[in-house]
Amino acid sequence: MKRFVALGLVLCMMAAALVGCSSGSSSSEKTVKIGVFEPQSGDNGAGGKQEILGMQYALTKTPTVEIGGETYKVELVYADNASSNDKAPSAAQTLISGGVSVVLGSYGSGVSIAAGDTFSAAKVPAIGVTCTNPQVTSGCDVYYRICFLDPFQGTVLANFAKANGATKAYCLAKQGDDYSGGLCNYFIEAFGADNCVYEQFPADTSDFSTYVTNAQNQGCNVFFAPVSTEAAAQIIKKASAQSLGMPILAGDTWDSNVILEAAKGSDLDINVTTFYQEGANPEFDNGIKAWINSDATAKSNNGGNDELAAVTAMGYDAYYVALEAVKKAGTTDPAKVLEVLPSLEYTGVTGAIAFDEIGDAKRDSAFVKKCNTTTGVWDFVTEAKAQ
Amino acid sequence: MSLWQTIFPYILSGISVGGQYALIAIGYTMVYGILRLINFAHGDVFMVAGLSMVYLAASLPLYLAIPVMIILTVALGFTIERVAYKPLRTAPRMSVMISAIGVSYLLQNLALYITGGLNKNYPEIPWISDKITIFGATTTRVTVITPFVTIALVLILVWVINHTKIGMAMRAVSKDFETAQLMGIKINNVISITFIIGSFLAAIGSMLFFTNYPGVVPTSGGMPGLKAFVAAVFGGIGSIPGAVIGAFIIGICESLIKGLDTILMSQGVIAEQIGFATFSDAFTFILLIIILVFKPMGLFGEKQTDKV
Repeated sequence: MKRFVALGLVLCMMAAALVGCSSGSSSSEKTVKIGVFEPQSGDNGAGGKQEILGMQYALTKTPTVEIGGETYKVELVYADNASSNDKAPSAAQTLISGGVSVVLGSYGSGVSIAAGDTFSAAKVPAIGVTCTNPQVTSGCDVYYRICFLDPFQGTVLANFAKANGATKAYCLAKQGDDYSGGLCNYFIEAFGADNCVYEQFPADTSDFSTYVTNAQNQGCNVFFAPVSTEAAAQIIKKASAQSLGMPILAGDTWDSNVILEAAKGSDLDINVTTFYQEGANPEFDNGIKAWINSDATAKSNNGGNDELAAVTAMGYDAYYVALEAVKKAGTTDPAKVLEVLPSLEYTGVTGAIAFDEIGDAKRDSAFVKKCNTTTGVWDFVTEAKAQ
Repeated sequence: MSLWQTIFPYILSGISVGGQYALIAIGYTMVYGILRLINFAHGDVFMVAGLSMVYLAASLPLYLAIPVMIILTVALGFTIERVAYKPLRTAPRMSVMISAIGVSYLLQNLALYITGGLNKNYPEIPWISDKITIFGATTTRVTVITPFVTIALVLILVWVINHTKIGMAMRAVSKDFETAQLMGIKINNVISITFIIGSFLAAIGSMLFFTNYPGVVPTSGGMPGLKAFVAAVFGGIGSIPGAVIGAFIIGICESLIKGLDTILMSQGVIAEQIGFATFSDAFTFILLIIILVFKPMGLFGEKQTDKV
């Protein structure tokens, strides 16, 4: 009897799996598929979801595109890379098998580097939205990106720290993480290695109190921690509980309402560099806020409020860059789209976008924002350029 | 800065981490003592306790949310045993272990589905979240009270095991499963009580842990669960005092290793960073290997009478 029950269960599961496979859409309308290669879970899940929000909002504004005289419906195809380097290639493969013309993402450089070969082998162009590590594009011929790079961001942050009187920096990165490790190295290079204390924490660390104590005991006067928002929230709590007593600096990942929420009510001084300052384009700001407030899922993906993250604005621009590319190529064939990318130019809400010969965006400025711990919003500090 | 002033903050956070590991480790060690089963789902029960607190505190006042969270966690532990382990009582031990791994993944994936993979902020529990200064080190009150709460709970538990009827039944079952059954002990009740106690301690542990480190994700139970398991093996699996002492040793060592560079530099022993902090987790497991090589039963593993 038991054997039959078990056999029946197995058959049910197989049937369910088969039904899941065959549920593809079969509309006669012509569609162009854009792959969304973003983390929706794991360390960078929150950031990935905010980046997707920008694309989804852009899709509601521009749901169709003219390609070669015909109107195509745009479809976003999602793959969750789970913020994990070993899951990235299979997520990339899912998108390629799904027949996408161009891929957007990812939030977090490590997964983009890991998936580069997969995209390259299939000759599918990928446009990085906020992955700032140089290796994303330098090691891959199909990867382009619309954001600035870490050597630039690291220098800007180091200059900002020096200009604010910092003499000794405590740098904290996650072990094996290309983004935080890379950014720390560029910061240390610009700040001076002799004046930096560099430490790494292992994955799944939740106790950051010892790192805060280390920074205090080493006599540092700036705390540089360009880590994922999840670790950031823990660091902020510990820094606040142990009265850190020095300003905290971080890169673009910290431009998130996770940080604002964690820091609200504390007496910390948190500064970050980022891509977009709210208020630069009021029309876009108001439009997306209205959309986020009208859509319950979007709102919860944005952390439960309508505070705008720079990655969302970048996601919005990335969507239009992808549309421009397929328009210019005149076809949905990924190989053709890849050919037109080097000469593509587009001006979005975050500024003018054009690519250099490596595939990086030509950008020379970053915004510095400071967390206002009483009101829980970002205050604009300065627009920084590399010297 | 004196050596004491440099080291004290590390010891403080080490004791606190150790206390939290201890509360989880007891759950592992008790279940092992009675069923000879490594309950891999225990770390995830701890995570679910954290998550349910997040959701409960959003709709209920704290004085209701805390007891409801504890009841839910205990119910979860009880249900897991009844559904996933009890039907396999006569099956080979390996099957039960696989079932435990299955439950662990089920809980993680359910949590992933419900939270959408996002970090949930743990509610702040007043008073224990307050900032205090002790011997010149600033920290939160929960850090200081964790070890005391842990030790108090362990003393109560040891008293229950040694001086009550159910405790005696537990000792009997852990000593000889079949004979105990023949003597009229209701095995299933004893096992259920074991799971209930383990889950209750995991619920308390999750409250202390997440108040200290306030982000809950589906994999939150992984590392603390693993460390607590190491602590249980370290102290001699099956022994409650062993699990507690093992947990404190691991917590303190881990914390000191993370700060070793800074401590040595402040004392002028080394001039440059070596990078010990990177190896804090590796160290925990190296310690485990060394102890097991010299004492295969763990620190307190020989005395069979201690087993529960």
